[in-house]
Amino acid sequence: MSVQTQDTSHFCKDPQIQEVKTDLLIIGGGMAACGAAYEARKWAPANMKITLVDKAAMERSGAVAQGLSAINTYLSENTPEDYVKMVSNDLMGIVRDDLIYDVGRHVDDTVHKFEEWGLPIWKDHSTEGVPLEKGGKPVRTGKWQIMINGESYKTIVAEAAKASLGMDNIYERVFIVKLILDEKEENRIAGAIGFSTRENKIYIFRANAVIMACGGAVNIFRPRQSTAEGMGRAWYPIWNAGSTYTMAAQVGAELTMMENRFVPARFKDGAGPVGAWFLLFKAKAMNALGEDYSVRNKDLLQAYLPYGNSKVTPTCLRNHQQLKEMREGRGPIYMDTPTAMKNLFESYGNDKKKCKELESEAWEDFLDMCVGQAGFWAGMNIAPEETRSELVPTEPYLLGSHSGCCGIWVSGPEDIAPAEWQWGYNRMTTVKGLFTAGDGVGASGHKFSSGSHVEGRIAAKNAVRFALDNKDFVSTITKDSKELANEIYLPFINYENNKGYSTDPDVNPHYIKPKMLMFRLNKLMDEYGGGCGTNYVTNKHMLETAFSLLDMLKEDAQKMAAKDLHELLRCWENYHRIWTAEIHLRHIYFREESRYPGFYYRADYDLIDDANWKCFVNSRYDAKANQWSVFKKAHKDLIPK
Amino acid sequence: MPSFVIAEKCDGCKGQDKTACQYICPNDLLRLNDEKTKAFNQETDQCWECYSCVKICPQQAIEIRAYADIVPMGGKIIPLRGTDSIMWTVQFRNGNIKRFKFPIRTTPEGSIKPYEGKPEPTEADIKTPNLFTEIGKTLPVPAK
Repeated sequence: MSVQTQDTSHFCKDPQIQEVKTDLLIIGGGMAACGAAYEARKWAPANMKITLVDKAAMERSGAVAQGLSAINTYLSENTPEDYVKMVSNDLMGIVRDDLIYDVGRHVDDTVHKFEEWGLPIWKDHSTEGVPLEKGGKPVRTGKWQIMINGESYKTIVAEAAKASLGMDNIYERVFIVKLILDEKEENRIAGAIGFSTRENKIYIFRANAVIMACGGAVNIFRPRQSTAEGMGRAWYPIWNAGSTYTMAAQVGAELTMMENRFVPARFKDGAGPVGAWFLLFKAKAMNALGEDYSVRNKDLLQAYLPYGNSKVTPTCLRNHQQLKEMREGRGPIYMDTPTAMKNLFESYGNDKKKCKELESEAWEDFLDMCVGQAGFWAGMNIAPEETRSELVPTEPYLLGSHSGCCGIWVSGPEDIAPAEWQWGYNRMTTVKGLFTAGDGVGASGHKFSSGSHVEGRIAAKNAVRFALDNKDFVSTITKDSKELANEIYLPFINYENNKGYSTDPDVNPHYIKPKMLMFRLNKLMDEYGGGCGTNYVTNKHMLETAFSLLDMLKEDAQKMAAKDLHELLRCWENYHRIWTAEIHLRHIYFREESRYPGFYYRADYDLIDDANWKCFVNSRYDAKANQWSVFKKAHKDLIPK
Repeated sequence: MPSFVIAEKCDGCKGQDKTACQYICPNDLLRLNDEKTKAFNQETDQCWECYSCVKICPQQAIEIRAYADIVPMGGKIIPLRGTDSIMWTVQFRNGNIKRFKFPIRTTPEGSIKPYEGKPEPTEADIKTPNLFTEIGKTLPVPAK
């Protein structure tokens, strides 16, 4: 369980402090940040410095590190209007149409670049070898998704980003932990601070504009599959620690829809993808009695109109139908892979070559993006043509790019957004000069990998424009750099000052190790914040209990101890997680309805109340007063639904 | 399914410019033990099983052992990643073996020239909503 202690400790003190002056700082190295790098360099004049900082290695960082078997957003013959309608309905009606439309109208261009760079995209046999841009027909799974051979998706996209910026402008293994506001100009970004996870070194980046895109949040709730070794097998990348939401909140950026979460129903224990099984192989999910529970529980949807009546049932409501089966004892829930494969085999006239191809496609779906699920099948002797596999909803994740929409409130595109949704630069947050993309942008889900990349590009073009319009800006950061360093190295100081008291470095009453602190967060979120332990149910009283436990957790977080740089990384991820968790609960507390049945339930307001709550819930933290405000913001449809 | 390092095969990437697994792990798990000059996974319950370390190891010294608290013993997945394709060997608990080969990229590694043949934006273009590869294109807007 614990970090190995027998090996050389990488304890640090008195770090070297390096200040880096740049014009545009990109924080993160995933799809959105790679898109930002690609677009920014082209718009920026040669003398504009662009710097990218990633806490991992770009070649395999972010949510696509492992690869993907599909690109989930490619419009082609579909219109951006249709795309907005789909996203809006799946997210129960409260989204920013302007942002979604904007992704929709640009996203195909970015997918064409992926193909140009070398990503293999499956083609219909009639247009084998023809690029999408030249009229090649993709293999569609459903209306929006296309199939790829995506094991190297991220390495390809990262290579393009690295070639755009040049490695001299990229800092890998540097974890940015705080944004810095300008001391002269109110509400104006001035830079960011972080530390190397490889050497005794702290970095202060001064910047004119900042794009922050460092993913969603995992390890907030107790994991469904295990709390021992298997807890690593989260559905979303386990290294996403809520850094985007927390760092934005701490500098006073307005957040939106932070009550939203995503609870994916996936193959049990490996969190393997279900999309291809449902959409490509036409498999059905069923309860233990062999019943299609979406048919059995069709009437449940009538309580959630108009969303329940749509042609494609929203993801949360599909969970809602599944959870009823589990609660009422008709589980396990299965994906009926044998029937699906038998039907397909028969449709090929049992042609051996075609059947073999199908089997290979079924395995590739896992091997490209979730090898762990393939490993689970191997260990369990599961051949999908013979044995059905269990499905289960996971613990909740916070994200803004997949089938969720929490995030930061941003300015919309000038030619689409109404006046109240724009304040100058597309994808700029309410903090001047701070931009975001991907999981960072709230109220606009279903971007996935391609949409995040293109949103990074949109943000980057506008950030460059901002930097050009403000080229005379000189940042003012006068805080003593030693003081900043001490804040970052506090867990080292806690460890050093107290380690002699106990003979066991993990058990010491004067400090808490990051792993135990994370478990405390996971436990309280699971038990009181609507985790899988309560079937995603919470209420006012449970939330108030969670707040009181969070208060003590925050106090104790000041006593986190790190024995090496790896643990320091974990400590800072936890600081970010705690804030993100608190924001999530504050929003759920404020919204007196259950907008996403199947993702979470307010037992005391177990209804969708469009009359009072068809609105955004936004929030803002005031650092000076140390106070949160949570408030409603009017919603409007730009595309008729 | 945490990754683990086979002691006999790991040479600590002595001949390389960097320790490959330590360089690549997205979650900062693989670490070189300086005294033993061998790598190890320092936090096995935070391993996402992304196989990045397995794929990159020049000695093929890293494998994944299924999560001991979830998966019955004996299964194994071994990738062999080349420049344009990847070979997978799936070994089941019951001894059955399946092999698959998939393409991974259509261009040589390191060959991407992101801006070659692309339009040069002018100063005026920055005020449009067009990305640099979309210059001159009329973008749709929602009907009013």
